[in-house]
Amino acid sequence: MRFDPPGSAVAALEAFAPALLEGERDLPDGIIGPDGKPSPRRFNVYRNNVVVSLVEAVMDSYPAVLKLLGEDYFKAVARLFVINNPPKSPVLIWYGAAFAEFLESFPPLAAYGYLPDVARLEWAWLEAYHAADAAPLQPQTLASVPGDLLAGLKIAPHPSCRWLQSPWPVVSLLAVNRFESGEVVDLAEAQEVLVTRPDLDVEVRLMRPGCACLLEALSAGCSLSEAGERAAQSVQEDVFQFDMCLSDLLAAGALAAFDPEEAAAGFLSGGSNGIPD
Amino acid sequence: MSFSSSMQRRRPSGIGARTGVGLKGEHVAEILETRPDIGFFEVHAENYMGAGGVPHRQLEAIRCEYPVSLHGVGLSIGAIGVLDEAHLARLKSLNERYEPGLFSEHLAWSTHDTTYFNDLLPVPYDEETLARVCDHIDRVQDVIGRRMLLENPSTYVAFWQSTMSETDFLKEIVRRTGCGLLLDVNNVHVSCTNQQVSARDYLAAFPVEAVGEIHLGGHAPDLDDEGRPLLIDAHDRSVDDAVWLLFEEALLLCGPQPTLIEWDNDVPAWPVLLSEAEAADQIVQRAELRGEQRRAV
Repeated sequence: MRFDPPGSAVAALEAFAPALLEGERDLPDGIIGPDGKPSPRRFNVYRNNVVVSLVEAVMDSYPAVLKLLGEDYFKAVARLFVINNPPKSPVLIWYGAAFAEFLESFPPLAAYGYLPDVARLEWAWLEAYHAADAAPLQPQTLASVPGDLLAGLKIAPHPSCRWLQSPWPVVSLLAVNRFESGEVVDLAEAQEVLVTRPDLDVEVRLMRPGCACLLEALSAGCSLSEAGERAAQSVQEDVFQFDMCLSDLLAAGALAAFDPEEAAAGFLSGGSNGIPD
Repeated sequence: MSFSSSMQRRRPSGIGARTGVGLKGEHVAEILETRPDIGFFEVHAENYMGAGGVPHRQLEAIRCEYPVSLHGVGLSIGAIGVLDEAHLARLKSLNERYEPGLFSEHLAWSTHDTTYFNDLLPVPYDEETLARVCDHIDRVQDVIGRRMLLENPSTYVAFWQSTMSETDFLKEIVRRTGCGLLLDVNNVHVSCTNQQVSARDYLAAFPVEAVGEIHLGGHAPDLDDEGRPLLIDAHDRSVDDAVWLLFEEALLLCGPQPTLIEWDNDVPAWPVLLSEAEAADQIVQRAELRGEQRRAV
């Protein structure tokens, strides 16, 4: 009888890795118990650790989706997600960004069109939670900018600021399924959402029409007046209220602070190179 | 960015032969309110790799009152490929930011190609793996600029390719790289039970002079295909009696050490965790007393 020794130590690890996520794969050669024999139950400890811990990581990030799907169903879906989209980084707080897209492309859940946007909102919440600390822009700082420079002023969104335009009532769905509010959800309602974290607490609120477009334009580097024009064009003219939008964003801590002296000197206005016109 | 004034209010970073616990976000408010007499707090480095917010604010507040130990779980020192330099840079920056008294990682791998498996996976104990692990540890110590501690793993399988014992493998790593060791006594009990060898013999062969920290934690019992005991390193319960006994034996060999209670799953209320740490601390203090008596004789 011929004895085929398993391959090298490197080959053993090469075979170990893919077998962790593919349950139907044979046990890798050379992985043995204390009697020198292959032991599926022993190898399965690793398989189980990998899949269960990653499913739990996804579950921790999406509590409202968990509530909507129920724990058993969520775990079954998350397991498929994990096997098909394992993490690429050891920093697990960033794992699960693609879960909304996965839900969107998962045929058995096609009837629940709001789920992917609830997941997107929960991901925005998590991004805001871990975003860099920064002082939000205060209304008095903005008020200190000379009138002739205001229109050309470039203001960036706060590092924690996220926004989402959804055809679904995502804020209400989040409130009911994550924060246990008793509100009644009207699935026909579209909602625009603002997520901010001015200090430590993440805040989620509805935005008036045009605000999302205003933020989009500001983050693309538009001046205040350009952003206002784009936002006005994005909605019916009579619906958009620039001043109200701006004061909402200020109140939510959605804009990044700037140095009022630099603004007064015109350094934050004008051309995209930051040099005053 | 200016130097934070809170930096000057921090306690010294050094960790003596006292007991600490793994820091959990849900305990932070109670800890800061009650200021328990505890040696240090250990954190998983990867949980503090976000940019800002609550985790960093909590850790800074804890760091002002206690020394901190930084424990990496994702560097994948045993992996076939090169080390993840971006991850190493993140570890370096956390070391600089929080000035931990101890810095440790695992004898294990967790990344292969581009996939991160989120588990501490075993390595074969042969010359080729030894050389690669030592290269990786050299790189870590070069970049971070300090001596690291390497933790002995919990294992459920062995490799046909292994040509030396785990203790000889660790001994050789210490000799070649100058790193220290984190002796996880629960892992010793788990691995030795699973590999059907004597934990006492394992400790006797362990390079105890390199130990700079001890870990204690709970494990879950199971059975393998043949009905033999298979212990799982679950960190989900209190320390087992067999592990407490082994801990006392370990202290006889390596002297009093900074000792950590690890409880990462089914995390109990703070007083439960604190009393587990106090139980360990009494054993460490007894070892300290023995050492003093021996010196006095």
